Amino acid sequence: MKSIKNHLSLVIALLSILFSMQIFIIVERSIEAYKENLASNYSVVIVSQKKLSDTNILEINKMISQAQELSPDNVITRLNTGMDSNNIEFLKLTLPKFYKLSLEYYPTPQEIVVLKKDLLQNKFITKVEDFAHTHDTTYKFLLLFKGVVTVFAFSVFIVTTLLIFKELRIWQFKHSERMSIMGLFGAPVWLRSAVLFRLSIVDALIASAFAFGLFSYIASSQWILEQFEYIGISVVVFDPLNDFILLLGVAISLSILLASLIVLGHKEEV
Amino acid sequence: MDKVIIANNLSLSYSSNETIINQADFSVNSGSFVFITGASGSGKSTLLKSIYGALKPNQGSLIVGGVELSGVSNTKLNFLRRHIGIVFQDYKLVKEWTIEKNIMLPLIINGYDKNIIQNQVDTLLKHVRLKHQAGKHPLELSGGEQQRVAMARALSHNPILILADEPTGNLDDYSSQLIWNLLEGAHKQLKTTVIVVTHHIPESLNVDYKHFHIEYGRINEVN
Repeated sequence: MKSIKNHLSLVIALLSILFSMQIFIIVERSIEAYKENLASNYSVVIVSQKKLSDTNILEINKMISQAQELSPDNVITRLNTGMDSNNIEFLKLTLPKFYKLSLEYYPTPQEIVVLKKDLLQNKFITKVEDFAHTHDTTYKFLLLFKGVVTVFAFSVFIVTTLLIFKELRIWQFKHSERMSIMGLFGAPVWLRSAVLFRLSIVDALIASAFAFGLFSYIASSQWILEQFEYIGISVVVFDPLNDFILLLGVAISLSILLASLIVLGHKEEV
Repeated sequence: MDKVIIANNLSLSYSSNETIINQADFSVNSGSFVFITGASGSGKSTLLKSIYGALKPNQGSLIVGGVELSGVSNTKLNFLRRHIGIVFQDYKLVKEWTIEKNIMLPLIINGYDKNIIQNQVDTLLKHVRLKHQAGKHPLELSGGEQQRVAMARALSHNPILILADEPTGNLDDYSSQLIWNLLEGAHKQLKTTVIVVTHHIPESLNVDYKHFHIEYGRINEVN
C-alpha cells in the first residue's frame, strides 16, 4: 500500500503533464484541420480589364494555388432586357474579366494585405475583393481558441511542475539516508542513485501506459468523433505510435531530470 | 611494519573559528588494534570521520591505506572506502532493506559474485547469532541486534581497516561482549587493523593494543 502511494504521487503529476500536452496537440491538429477546411472554402475575387492567363495570375503570389475565370453569363442574363445577340456579344467583350483565386492555405490577415497589394500591382487588375471582414473574424476566433487552450495547458504544466518539485523534496529526504550509507562504503554515484532512477523510470512507464489507455479510449469514443464531424473536420486524436513515443519520451525525460536533480542536490552527511 | 595511517601536522575543524584537532602527528601500523579515548566533544569521532574521508584535513596531511586524503578525488575516496568497514554508534542501517541485504551492501559494492555474497552473509549471520532474523528489517530488531548487523556488515568484505565509533555505547552486556569478540576475532584471525573510539577500554579484551587519548585538540599516545 505504501509502495503504491509512493508511486502514485509522481505518476499523477506526470500524467497531468502528459494529459495537458496531448490536449494541446489535439487542439493544434484541430485548428490546422479547420484552417485547411477554411482555405478550401476561402477565395479572393479579382476584376481585370483584360483576360489573364493562369500562369500570369499564379506568378503574382506563391500563395495562389488556382485561378478560375467566372462566367459573365449570370450578369448578362440579368441585364438582358430585349437586347439582340450582337449587342450581347459586344457586351461580353467590353465587360471586365472576373477571376476566383483559390489559395494554398488559410492566410493570416497580414498575408491577405500583401496578396492584395501584389495583385493590384498588375496594371490590368482594377479591383480585389478579399472578404477581409469575414476572414478576420474567423481567424481571430481561431487564435482566441488556441490562446485559451495554450493558457490552460501552460497553467497545468506550471501547477504540475510545482507538484513535481514538492515530490522531489520528499524523494530527496527519503533517499538521502540510503545514498549516504552507500557512499560510506564506497558506492559510486551511479550505484547509489540506481534505485532512484529505476523508480522514476518505472513511474514514467506507468504514467505513459495510463495516458496511452486514456487517449486510446478518447480517440475511439463515438461522441468525440461526432463532434469533429459536426464542424466538418477529421482529426487524429491519438496516434498510437508517434504520439505514444512522444509522451513516453517526455515522461522519461522529466523523471530522469527529477532523479538527476536529487542526485546532484544530495549532500553527504558530515 | 607497514603503516595503514600516517598523519602529519593534521588539523581538523568544521568551521574556521574552531579547531577540533590541532597539528597532530601519529601513525597506525597495519594489523594493529587501536583505542582512541577522550572526553565528550574532544574530537574522537571527528578524527574517525577524517580517516574515512567524510571530513577533509584543514591543514597537514593524512594518508590512509596509501591514499592522501587532502584534496582526494571522489573516485579515489570511494576506492579507499571499499576497503574499510565502519561501525557507527547509531548503526546507520538502511531501514527499508532486510538485515540480510544490509550485510550484503559492501559485497555488492565490491562486485562479488552472488553465491559468494550469499555464503558470506550466511556465515556472518551465524557469527552474530541473527540467522533466524535474516528477513527482518532493522527497525524490527533491538539496538543490540542492530549493532550486530552493523558489525557483520563491517566485516563482510574482509576490510583492511575497521573503524568503530563507540560500538557498544548503547548496548547490553551480551551484545557488547559479542561485538568485542568479533573485533578481536577479525584482528587476530584476519590481521585486520581495528580502530575503536570509546570511553572505556574493556578489561576482558585479550589483544595488544595502542591507545591514543585526545585532549584539547592534541592526540597523545598513552603507554
